[in-house]
Amino acid sequence: MSSFGEFVAAHHRAGALVVQPRMGMSDPATMRSGLLATKRAAATTVGTITLDSYTRVGDLAAAQAALGAGADLNGYPITSHDVTTTRAMLDGVAGPDFPVQVRHGSATPDHIVATLVRAGLHATEGGPVSYCLPYSRGPLATSVDSWARCCEHLAGLRDTGTEAHLESFGGCLMGQLCPPGLLVAVSVLEGMFFRQHGLASISLSYAQQTHPGQDEEAVLALRRLAAEFLSDVDCHVVVYTYMGVYPKTPGGATALLREAARLAVRTGAARLIVKTTAEAHRIPTIAENVAALEAAAAAARECRAASEEPEDTGIYAEARALVEAVLDLGPDVGRALTEAFGRGYLDVPFCLHPDNAGRSRSHLDAHGRLCWSRTGAMPVRPDPAPGRAELSAAALLTSLSYVERKFDDAALEGCLTGTGPTAR
Amino acid sequence: MIADELSNPVTDGLDVVVTSVASDSHTWNLVHLQLVLEELGHRVRNLGACVPDDLLVSECLRQRPDLVAIGTVNGHGLTDGTRVIGRLRSHPELAQVPVVIGGKLGITDRGTRDRAAALRAAGFDAVFEDGNATAEFRAFVRRLRVGVST
Repeated sequence: MSSFGEFVAAHHRAGALVVQPRMGMSDPATMRSGLLATKRAAATTVGTITLDSYTRVGDLAAAQAALGAGADLNGYPITSHDVTTTRAMLDGVAGPDFPVQVRHGSATPDHIVATLVRAGLHATEGGPVSYCLPYSRGPLATSVDSWARCCEHLAGLRDTGTEAHLESFGGCLMGQLCPPGLLVAVSVLEGMFFRQHGLASISLSYAQQTHPGQDEEAVLALRRLAAEFLSDVDCHVVVYTYMGVYPKTPGGATALLREAARLAVRTGAARLIVKTTAEAHRIPTIAENVAALEAAAAAARECRAASEEPEDTGIYAEARALVEAVLDLGPDVGRALTEAFGRGYLDVPFCLHPDNAGRSRSHLDAHGRLCWSRTGAMPVRPDPAPGRAELSAAALLTSLSYVERKFDDAALEGCLTGTGPTAR
Repeated sequence: MIADELSNPVTDGLDVVVTSVASDSHTWNLVHLQLVLEELGHRVRNLGACVPDDLLVSECLRQRPDLVAIGTVNGHGLTDGTRVIGRLRSHPELAQVPVVIGGKLGITDRGTRDRAAALRAAGFDAVFEDGNATAEFRAFVRRLRVGVST
């Protein structure tokens, strides 16, 4: 097993939720401080090196120029720093007791994977669909080829005694307004793609959405499908704290984070990526990240796995239908995924990528559940209430800010009445 | 996709290119911008995420839009915007086209005034970064439409 997968599995067995920040700074000394602070937080943690946007899109000249000019980057430019600099930055920090994962967002990450391996790292995340459609404009087929090479490169570390770990970002897609069945299906399919290209230690993701009951049903569906389709590899589920428009109040932000921690524990997920109280405003400081890790860990310790199954609204069946529709297109998962998007069997709502059919649309129902208004060619039926008008700009903003308002309003009300979540 | 429409004179609404900058992968802001413009009666060609400078320049040269609206929220807006406006303005055909930028243009919430001044000096017609940016953008587009139709 990998040090990353092994670490998470061991703590999961011991009943501790592993919590992880998103954190990346351009300066190696600051990056090291961030990793050390993560390691020392009062929580079971793994470390993160989030890369900057220039490195993500492969504009290495811009990253180099920004470093040279002393400009602030929004992450760690791993391919622009000398590999000895990165090794020194990690020395005495990363290890079996503190695995470090590289998070990037690149659709074609050959340069990133080659560099992180040279730096002695072996855990990263992404996927040919989840890092292409939302974040890139390059062809899906190109991303599939790149990710196949990257998987094989990572899997090759086995010869040196290291089992690399790769996490699918499929449970996020556009971050919000994607009904859970499609998130679950893409996560499972990317996991199968990783396995087909040699990886034996993977994780599948699910990003917290708009309704706690719907989210619990979705994570349980993801775990069930992982057990059915990926039982022969080391596989855990990672929950992402809400990836959409985030509450602005400290109380609202922390309450949403605590709800994500509860979602993870109640559904048996092993790891949680946190968000900070600064999320709505700017890139968080190290101290804000540590506070978020500790708040999430404290919330996780307060709850137990759910004893009752949530209501079955059909997420498992929907995700399974999507997975099977793709697998029916052929034995090569990468080609099947490309073909599936070409035919619109998978169709991400509100995704502007040229290879996405763009015929699906979603909405929030009166209870805050994500539903399909249109499903295009997907093997999924739209939810009742057909004939809804298309979202206006104002309705889009209302939907995008639904979670933010719900949690900020509760926090502000709590301040006025002396109840509810308090800022920390 | 909508190239055929471009040979017609502008009588009812503007042809607008909505785009991100090269390093920015965010698109919700672009989806929103498109809906705002469409509700004002304009036609939108949305180039989506991570648009390289060359692609933006070639699309603008091909389409000759009435407005280019750049939306970016990843904090590199000042750097990327300054570079790409120079590229656009270096083409005589694009020297006069209204080009605006908005979103979160730096990695901190300080210095918005300085950033706006720098971006306007670099060649943008307007910069929208403050709280009521959408309302200001709508007002800017309305004024622009009056200017085009008269």
